[in-house]
Amino acid sequence: MAGTIDINGTAHSLPADPRASLLDFLRHDLGLTGTKKGCDHGQCGACTAIVNGMRINSCLTLAAMHEGDRVTTIEGIGGPDAPSDLQHAFMAHDAFQCGYCTPGQICSAQAMLAEIAEGWPSDATADLMAEATFSDEEIRERMSGNLCRCGAYANIVAAIRDVARERADATV
Amino acid sequence: MQPFDLVRAPSPSDAAQLTKDEETRLIAGGTNLLDLMKLQVETPSRLADISRLDCAEITDAPDGGLRIGALVTNTATAVHPRVRQDYPVLARAILAGATQQLRNKATTGGNLCQRTRCFYFTKIDQPCNKRDPGSGCGAIEGVAKLHAVLGTSDQCIATYPGDMAVAMSALDAKVHIMKEDGTERSVPVRDFHLLPGDTPWRDNVLERGEIITAVTLPPPVGGAHYYRKVRERSSYAFALVSVAAVIEIESGVFSRADLAFGGLAHKPWFDPAIGAVLLGEAADDAVFEKAADVLLRSARGFGENDFKIPLARRTLRAVLSQAVEDAA
Repeated sequence: MAGTIDINGTAHSLPADPRASLLDFLRHDLGLTGTKKGCDHGQCGACTAIVNGMRINSCLTLAAMHEGDRVTTIEGIGGPDAPSDLQHAFMAHDAFQCGYCTPGQICSAQAMLAEIAEGWPSDATADLMAEATFSDEEIRERMSGNLCRCGAYANIVAAIRDVARERADATV
Repeated sequence: MQPFDLVRAPSPSDAAQLTKDEETRLIAGGTNLLDLMKLQVETPSRLADISRLDCAEITDAPDGGLRIGALVTNTATAVHPRVRQDYPVLARAILAGATQQLRNKATTGGNLCQRTRCFYFTKIDQPCNKRDPGSGCGAIEGVAKLHAVLGTSDQCIATYPGDMAVAMSALDAKVHIMKEDGTERSVPVRDFHLLPGDTPWRDNVLERGEIITAVTLPPPVGGAHYYRKVRERSSYAFALVSVAAVIEIESGVFSRADLAFGGLAHKPWFDPAIGAVLLGEAADDAVFEKAADVLLRSARGFGENDFKIPLARRTLRAVLSQAVEDAA
């Protein structure tokens, strides 16, 4: 397989076996185990990564189909030495217990905040033509693709709400 | 997952040519196909990557309608200003489906072609006439909560699970199909999906050597648009019953009632007789019941899914009542 894929700013050769999902490529070929395999069938969101700015289930895409694409994983969002605002907020709000869904939650939230900034509506949006508003109902709907078996949802929503406010204040 | 060759199709007609081989599948977003390949329901020996073909634009159609390329993602369709403004039922239907992660990857063409989520279809050790012709139907006397109550056959009671196509059916959209020689044909979305009949392995009218290139929506008709989806979770769940409606009520009388239904059959269910009951009539409970009677006149439950019949009636009534309230 020719071509490379950009993972968190570094170019990597695509895998030889076309069966490798992006998820398996990240974890097994590149040792980037931050992205998790929860269900491997696009039903839980633990594998959420950001490709060309869009959040996707990395278990349901083939690495070999992403030649030239830019991928951001949780490792690219921040780490112990320099946590991102979302990672700070998740810690401050105790927004995880086992932590297995957490990288997916954070990648998903990162992209979700950009989607709201783009004015994209959701199923929770009353008026399709109006500016996207920010409410707990909107957060819950937009994050519905990320399951949490420990049930940390209330704190996840609180963490995201805080970051959204901080980012909105910062741009004023 | 069985081993396969991955090739890139250089053009839509080349992709159509590649589908003539029985062991080749086209892959675009991959959100349904890869799921099925992991389950061994699909075992292609070759995948033709069509994800970078030049079919990913939404453009104005010459007649004032809208052309949505086959590779446009569900997200791109739902957030498009013209879709939100002129065809909101379509935006609502797409946003009601799946999750943002899936909508960001799933394509128009792939969404139309998505397979049923029937438990017997997706488990290769279960009898399924769709997956394995002649092996029987495990759902008919089995676990059938999600299954069809309209248009079933004694070989298959599966439902088409998508939302987008239900809205497209209400809007009377057209599916554009290219053959390997580059010629095109178009089929109304209302006729794209098939009933199971004696050929349950066929979901739709696509033949080998054909590829969807676009869906076109007719010029906007205005009206009040509704997509009402009833499901067991408030998000990220398939419809038990859904209704896509484009409604106009003038002085308390229906002047338009374009209705399509999801969750009830092997295809989005459209029957012009349902809306015809309403046209020219005063909007009241009695006429809503008549419309529901027409919708459900051939309905048949299989035990676990009997509830869908009264649920469909209540959901249709709720949508029509909402339309009346909004028109006042």
